Amino acid sequence: MTNEALQNTIASWFENKLEANLVFSTEGSQFLNVEIDTGHLHELMSFLKVDKDMQFDYLFCLTGVDWNPELGVIYHLESTSFRHQLVVRVKISNRENPEIDSVQDLWATANFHEREVFDFFGITFNNHPKMKRLFLTDDWEGYPLRKDYVDEVNMITK
Amino acid sequence: MLTTTAPEIKSEEYFINMGPQHPATHGVLRLVLTIDGEIIKKVEPDLGYIHRSIEKMCESDSYQQIVHLTDRMDYLSSHINNEAVCLTVENALQLEVTDRINVIRTIMGELTRISSHCLWWGVMGMDVGALTTYFYGFRDRELINDIFEETCGARLTMNYAIPGGLMYDIHPNFVKRVKEFIVHFKTKLPEYDRLLTDNVIFQKRMVGVGLLSKEDAISFGASGPVGRGSGYSCDVRKHHPYSALDKVSFTESLLTAGDSFARYKVRIMEMWESMSIIEQLIDNIPEGDFRLTTNAVIKLPKGEFYQKVETARGELGVFIISTGTKSPYRLKFRSPGLSNLSLLNHITVGGKIADLVATMATIDIVVPDIDR
Repeated sequence: MTNEALQNTIASWFENKLEANLVFSTEGSQFLNVEIDTGHLHELMSFLKVDKDMQFDYLFCLTGVDWNPELGVIYHLESTSFRHQLVVRVKISNRENPEIDSVQDLWATANFHEREVFDFFGITFNNHPKMKRLFLTDDWEGYPLRKDYVDEVNMITK
Repeated sequence: MLTTTAPEIKSEEYFINMGPQHPATHGVLRLVLTIDGEIIKKVEPDLGYIHRSIEKMCESDSYQQIVHLTDRMDYLSSHINNEAVCLTVENALQLEVTDRINVIRTIMGELTRISSHCLWWGVMGMDVGALTTYFYGFRDRELINDIFEETCGARLTMNYAIPGGLMYDIHPNFVKRVKEFIVHFKTKLPEYDRLLTDNVIFQKRMVGVGLLSKEDAISFGASGPVGRGSGYSCDVRKHHPYSALDKVSFTESLLTAGDSFARYKVRIMEMWESMSIIEQLIDNIPEGDFRLTTNAVIKLPKGEFYQKVETARGELGVFIISTGTKSPYRLKFRSPGLSNLSLLNHITVGGKIADLVATMATIDIVVPDIDR
């Protein structure tokens, strides 16, 4: 499916179902980007995974970003049947207690990748079976990949 | 006559640590095993023993410097990692490199794949108790390392690809020695089969063990030989060709059994395919520049850039978010190792501890790739 067709299908499905803010964009990216609010993320993801015209069964990248002050998660999806690709993005404005729904029930690979994002950005994924740090020790303070993280001993700022 | 019934044997679950210093984990990986007797109930990887925070370091490095850090992720696919970053940067700059650069990069990439699979094959045999394979694998890998050394000056962390081309031109002996290697390796690869693949004991350890279905492979984000052993067509070289890979013909190595033996055989088949790719290119390396001039300080335009390549372990993704400065705002490496490791629990639960070692060897883990 082309990017235009993808955009139309997703937009029309959402019009009938929910009132959510979908923002489509292809600017500055080789993929079609969909931005959605955190509340409707899981519904959109289930649709993308299950729908027979979409079949995004392969989550090939899950990235946490600190947009400072907002936090964000970027999902790269691909369909192994149709070979079309899509990027789903969310932004979280709550920096103190960022929360978002987990998608590990849809893609098993999200399990480790969400833990990695939690480890480095402090974003909690709801309904995740084991929301613990993946790489760092449990008593580590702070979230190192955030832009405001300070470590005067080990970090060299250029 | 007395009849006795055997007393019911009770067992209970307990934890055991495998690693972080354990020869079969191939690096500092700790697995927390929940076992009941010899039966595995749960495998939980505990990661981070050699995490170097490469992604954070990249946020303050220039794009030329980032290339050097990628060597230290999956050190057995170092050239392919370098290439991944270079391709991302070149795509972002819309810089078209010459055919010569593309062809040399692809030949180097395929040599890297063969050398990585040689090492894996040697260690694979050792993990199941066949020590000879280790010497066979290293003997042939050494020849590739010598070729690398002559051209790049390095044997493992190559640093050969740079944004805009290659660090040096190929050594005058390069073509001759690669051809000699192919001739040599074509006689040696059948020996691998005779020594290990066809061995009955080895097959009993492999066939039907560690089953992974195609659906699970996709869901767990498996890539590389792990995915292809389950019939999942996931070769990035086929689906999203890069460098000179669209100019060569090769078949994707696919098997449908989904067991350890299928993953093993896929890698052996891949070595044949890699040799075929090199043979198609080695005689016709085009003339041209081996390096294009770029600015001393590379600044990418504002935007997001994604590039995937096929390393010896699977799909490596480089995701750069640029705000237009000399360093990336955020750089994410989607490593094949982390996704492949995440399915280890799924395919080993219910099996024996000895099978865990054998199955883990067929996943071909390189810990720095997981920890980054």
